[in-house]
Amino acid sequence: MSAVEAIGAPGPRGLARSLFSWAGANPLLVVGGSMVLVVGVVAVFAPLIAPYPADAGSATHPLEIFKPPSAAHLFGTDQVGRDIFSRVAYGTRVSPLIALAVVAIASVVGVTLGLVAGFAGGIVDEAIMRVTDVFLAVPALLLALAFAAVLPPSTSSTILAITISWWPWYARLARGEAASVSRRRYVENGRVLGLTRRRLLLRHVFPNATTPVLIQASLDFGGVILTAAALSFLGLGAQDPTPEWGLMVNEGRSFFQTYWWVVTFPGLAILFSAAAFNLLGDGLRDRLDPRRAVAR
Amino acid sequence: MTRYLVRRVGLSALVVAGVVLLTFLIARVVPGDPATSWAGPHATPAEIAQARHHLGLDRPFVDQIATYFRGIFVGDWGTSIHTHRPVLSDLASAVPTSLELVIAALLIALAVGVPLGLAAARHRGRPADHAIRGFAVVGVSMPIFWLALILQLVFFNYLHLLPVAGEYGLRFQENPVHAYTHAAVLDAILNGNWAMLWSALTHLVLPACAIAAYPAGVIARMVRASVLDVSGETHIQMLRAFGFGERTIFNRFAMRLAWNPVAQVVALVFAYSLVNTFLVESIFDWSGLGSYASDSIISLDTPAIVGITLFVAIVYVFANLAVDLVQAALDPRIRLR
Repeated sequence: MSAVEAIGAPGPRGLARSLFSWAGANPLLVVGGSMVLVVGVVAVFAPLIAPYPADAGSATHPLEIFKPPSAAHLFGTDQVGRDIFSRVAYGTRVSPLIALAVVAIASVVGVTLGLVAGFAGGIVDEAIMRVTDVFLAVPALLLALAFAAVLPPSTSSTILAITISWWPWYARLARGEAASVSRRRYVENGRVLGLTRRRLLLRHVFPNATTPVLIQASLDFGGVILTAAALSFLGLGAQDPTPEWGLMVNEGRSFFQTYWWVVTFPGLAILFSAAAFNLLGDGLRDRLDPRRAVAR
Repeated sequence: MTRYLVRRVGLSALVVAGVVLLTFLIARVVPGDPATSWAGPHATPAEIAQARHHLGLDRPFVDQIATYFRGIFVGDWGTSIHTHRPVLSDLASAVPTSLELVIAALLIALAVGVPLGLAAARHRGRPADHAIRGFAVVGVSMPIFWLALILQLVFFNYLHLLPVAGEYGLRFQENPVHAYTHAAVLDAILNGNWAMLWSALTHLVLPACAIAAYPAGVIARMVRASVLDVSGETHIQMLRAFGFGERTIFNRFAMRLAWNPVAQVVALVFAYSLVNTFLVESIFDWSGLGSYASDSIISLDTPAIVGITLFVAIVYVFANLAVDLVQAALDPRIRLR
């Protein structure tokens, strides 16, 4: 968008045109954003969208089992006769919310530790970052599996297990930003002026770390959705009758060679929502991080 | 250089030790008693006590960890609770199977990802670029356990093209070949059994493709990004000003520099793919690291879980070290300190 367009109040047509050109310049953001919007709308209006809301829970219909996709059951029915479309729709309230919780908690914990490490330096820095290194030395899925295995299988255990293996990424990121900012002249000046460490950290160091953390968080959403689905696929996460997509794929596994729809649609939902957040994350990075936007 | 190496290996060993400690702590809070599951469902209290003593569970925690660390170096990684065999020999027969799978997957990912990344970079901003980036996003967003099931459905149930269970055909199990390595393809070659080699290769295709989805997407993105990064640099622009053809610049100059980040990302996805076998092997009935891991996790077999984590951490840490060393050897601008 040129400066003139930005300043002058655009008429309806001008607004449409500038929106259109903005969309053309950020196709990832637009596509990803709309897909995320779809997930969000379905999550909010699930009771209106799902034709059989009770099927998202423990309802059973013995006469309706394994019905193929039809007008009455868009995605067919599962092994106890529940409408898969309703369950997939309600699933938008499970995996994406798990991802939201994980990213929120992990980024708050990680950023706090990382900022403290980068700002304090010395032995505090060493202690925090060596612990972080240990966590980063193992793929997050493996650690999450190990934690999930010892916790009772449930949605909150999934959140806890993934969060424990995810915070170090934010700690490392925030520490890098804090360490580089802390050496800048203006922070030195603040110190000389007698600002408290608390104020320096919160008002002058932290804001600089927010953009990379936001980008990272949006990129992580897709990964967390996949990890949560993998945990429930292995039976370590949400339990029946929770309409969790990974769990639905797991439950349908024994029947899918005869009834293809029982695994296909829940899996497509995982793919769709993970891709939605990955696209949005990529788009946000292109937009907010000009250093890397050149290449990507 | 030697100093750097010693320091890096030392630091890596510390990190791996930390991982062992962490897994030990996780294993500590396991509900359920390993001694009870070791002794079996009909064990008397005396037998359970004996099992507890045998497994070293009656000793203090610090003592158990010390014993474990000593054991790592002398080849004693503990005894698996559910197989009753040494963890290290379980790993020795499971790991080659999975390594073969992961290497096959990475070869597929490179064969697909590199040309796509290059094509996207060359046609930047045009429809081909958008299509390839879309494909890469699908790859990294793919729930691979689901992809594995869908591949089975299409290529086995519908098209009857490829087998879906085991590492090779059943008829080779009745008449077993000598298992030199426990990697089916390699064993078939070593035995000179070409029928089994064909069988092993056809059994490898689908699980390898399922695991390849994520690395293929990551590699395509990385190749595209690093080629574009490099071609924006001043020395490449100067070559352009000198009148070198785009093709020469691309092949002779830009590609060289673009390989570094790609190599790094391959090392990274190697360890990730090793963990992804946890999700795929049980679907394809493979008896590799992945099945061993999912069995141990479900049966809360702590010595096996600690052993697997230790192994993956070692692979991960040293794959990164190897990439740094190779890069330093190839790129004179990198100095290791």
